[in-house]
Amino acid sequence: MRRVVVTGLGLVTPLASGVEESWTRILDGQSGADTITRFNPERVTTKYACEVPYGDGTDGTFNPDDWMLPKERRKVDDFILYGAAASQMAVEDSGWMPEDTESLERTGVMIGSGIGGLQSIEQTTLLMAEKGPRRVSPFFIPGALINLISGQVSIKYGFKGPNHSVVTACSTGAHAIGDAARLIASDDADVMVAGGGEAAICEIGIAGFNACKALSTGCADDPTKASRPYDADRDGFVMGEGAGIVVLEEYEHAKARGAKIYAEVLGYGLSGDAYHITAPSETGEGGERSMRAALKKAGLEPKDIDYINAHGTSTMADTIELGAVERMLGEHASKVTMSSTKSMTGHLLGAAGAIEAIFSILAIRDQVAPPTINLDNQAVETALDLAPNKKVEREINVALSNSFGFGGTNASVIFGKVD
Amino acid sequence: MSDVADRVKKIVVEHLGVEEDKVVEAASFIDDLGADSLDTVELVMAFEEEFGIEIPDDAAETIQTFGDAVKFISEAS
Repeated sequence: MRRVVVTGLGLVTPLASGVEESWTRILDGQSGADTITRFNPERVTTKYACEVPYGDGTDGTFNPDDWMLPKERRKVDDFILYGAAASQMAVEDSGWMPEDTESLERTGVMIGSGIGGLQSIEQTTLLMAEKGPRRVSPFFIPGALINLISGQVSIKYGFKGPNHSVVTACSTGAHAIGDAARLIASDDADVMVAGGGEAAICEIGIAGFNACKALSTGCADDPTKASRPYDADRDGFVMGEGAGIVVLEEYEHAKARGAKIYAEVLGYGLSGDAYHITAPSETGEGGERSMRAALKKAGLEPKDIDYINAHGTSTMADTIELGAVERMLGEHASKVTMSSTKSMTGHLLGAAGAIEAIFSILAIRDQVAPPTINLDNQAVETALDLAPNKKVEREINVALSNSFGFGGTNASVIFGKVD
Repeated sequence: MSDVADRVKKIVVEHLGVEEDKVVEAASFIDDLGADSLDTVELVMAFEEEFGIEIPDDAAETIQTFGDAVKFISEAS
């Protein structure tokens, strides 16, 4: 089987625009949560979220003009803007910008989103109700379709290989990276740009998740305390937005061109709960099976795992995942560090698995596990080190990233150090 | 230049992201100003909105240049 490595990274997160800018803040334990500014949150129950910090592009702020011309930006939803920006970062980081036909045809794109252009759908529907269907923009559909990050990126760089997109709710980013790695392993492509983008902080998005009773509601006074995975006082997730993109590459291909190699994709597992549309099965057996499947593909044992980036959304489901991880690890649990970076980024839905894959890769690069912030009063006892409130410097050769989504869809991706 | 021409030019510059001096009477939206077929649909919608008129689809197809747009709108409004 062809080996697959990671040669480029791109991040737009609620902490910062940029990979190192986001990672520094993550290791520092900063929260990206604040009162909602994208729309007037007066009518919705949850009035806070983790928004991408807009600005002039300095000091980690996100300046849309740096990534897309204003005339192009008007034609796309923000999830595409974030996805395109993170893709540009990742492609430039990888240094893979070929011009010959063969290379372009062997380079593909697989970027997904959990919901896609929800803001555009909301705004266009309101416009249509007010002014009628003749006012619906010709760019509404191509600006809202989930696979259009993949489309935009392929058009920008001329990548003519597999052009695909994943839609598996909160598992999207992880599935996209895992599936893209398989396309390389199975020789459908040599290089894949993969990940997820999301921008669902709009009134209908918050209202919808509020109705599902999924969002935190009790921390309007201090939103930075709202996302608190594994803490006894957690009361739901905090919505985030942004994008995470990786460049995946066949190992020999990367080596031959002298590319910088961050890590290897060692394993990837998938499973379905067949249980409930929004809740995980009570025992977390679905998540456990996806982790075991990833281990099997990697040819590894539970004892090989050093760090786990948990799905850990700051909901009741945290302890279900924790139980599944404990069963999977067995007596090795006490040697593993597991943290939820959602405590800082909030939950980026379809982009979550992608940004968390990148944090797992950086944990391997820098030999440090990011913290779980706001973990002041652990809900249950566990042998695992949950990295409460402080990063943990330790040996990390193998990292596993979990993502579980509505519909009972689970994905686990395992990354390993490349010497 | 007439008031209509100024307002049409402003819309064209904004939507197509072109320099103002490129928007001359004979300038074709597609051939000279970089528009694609979707851009032209959106331009016509923007003209309708700005001038409070309705431009039927068959008439819209005859609006190929900046001059065509100004002429049609001047006559319609």
